Amino acid sequence: MSGVLPIALEEATKTIQVLLESGKEYVCIMRLHSDVPEDHLKEVLMEFEGKIYQRPPARASVKRRVRVRRVYYIDLLEIEGRDVLLRIGCQAGTYVRKICHDIGEVLGCGAHMQELRRTRSGPFTEDEKSVTLHDIVYLYGRWQETGDLEYLRRFILPMEETLKLIPKIYVRDSAVDALCHGAHLTAPGVVSLEAGINKGSMVALLTLKGEAISLATATATTKEILQMNHGIVAINNRVLMPRGTYPKMWRTRQKRP
Amino acid sequence: MPRIPAPWTIKRELLIKSESETDPNFGCKPEERPYPDLIRYGVINLDKPPGPSSHEIVAWVRRILGVKHAGHGGTLEA
Repeated sequence: MSGVLPIALEEATKTIQVLLESGKEYVCIMRLHSDVPEDHLKEVLMEFEGKIYQRPPARASVKRRVRVRRVYYIDLLEIEGRDVLLRIGCQAGTYVRKICHDIGEVLGCGAHMQELRRTRSGPFTEDEKSVTLHDIVYLYGRWQETGDLEYLRRFILPMEETLKLIPKIYVRDSAVDALCHGAHLTAPGVVSLEAGINKGSMVALLTLKGEAISLATATATTKEILQMNHGIVAINNRVLMPRGTYPKMWRTRQKRP
Repeated sequence: MPRIPAPWTIKRELLIKSESETDPNFGCKPEERPYPDLIRYGVINLDKPPGPSSHEIVAWVRRILGVKHAGHGGTLEA
């Protein structure tokens, strides 16, 4: 199948977990096995929005037990005979092939997925920043010929793009290097943060220049963090920034004689 | 079924806790990363062609760019 496949390079591979867990959008052709009135089809499609129960298909890469998945929307784009063009936004790990099959079961006539294209993976969509393999070969070649970095920047995006959809906490310079050494984030290090952070939320810790420092788990809500004067607000999970990018600003206890 | 908003439709307000400025002598804006950091900390939004597996595609990209590590975010199964 074709469509959006984000690829992380070198150090940026540490952010892949975020993409694996993030929502996806697909456009698919569902072929019905007999004629179905449009009104009835629309009713059935609505039943597949929200929380659905899904058993992964026979050819799946996960254990085949029934799972709950969230389907954010199913838009009916076009009908041509028994072919139905759908746009589906769903949680990671939802099998669109199975949704088509199950819609067929509910309709009573049967249906299967004829074609699939992914139009979104987390923050990445089909847009002016997406490139084909041909584009990559061409742009990389142009960079080698000219040394102009703009050719690389045309298709290699900063890894911070990957973190666009998760809530962020911005950290003051003096706290950055401690975080790079694996320390947890404490309240005085916080400069600003996004609304909607809960205890246990995955958050991205960023510098004031917008660089990713690490992925962390919040230990307090946005409201609580705003009011805290001391104490840990987020526990580091994955450090992304190399040590020494920012100066070391913390004191080390003097060695005992 | 009640509708669940897609994560990409959620807008998050930025709230200020304290004032601070950043020293331009350290670090840099993500979009201004110099070579080779711009590759080391880079992602590609690839439009995958049908046919080859996601795994094969990543192997190609690794070879084209001469990088050691690359990984994709979610298999697009064949």
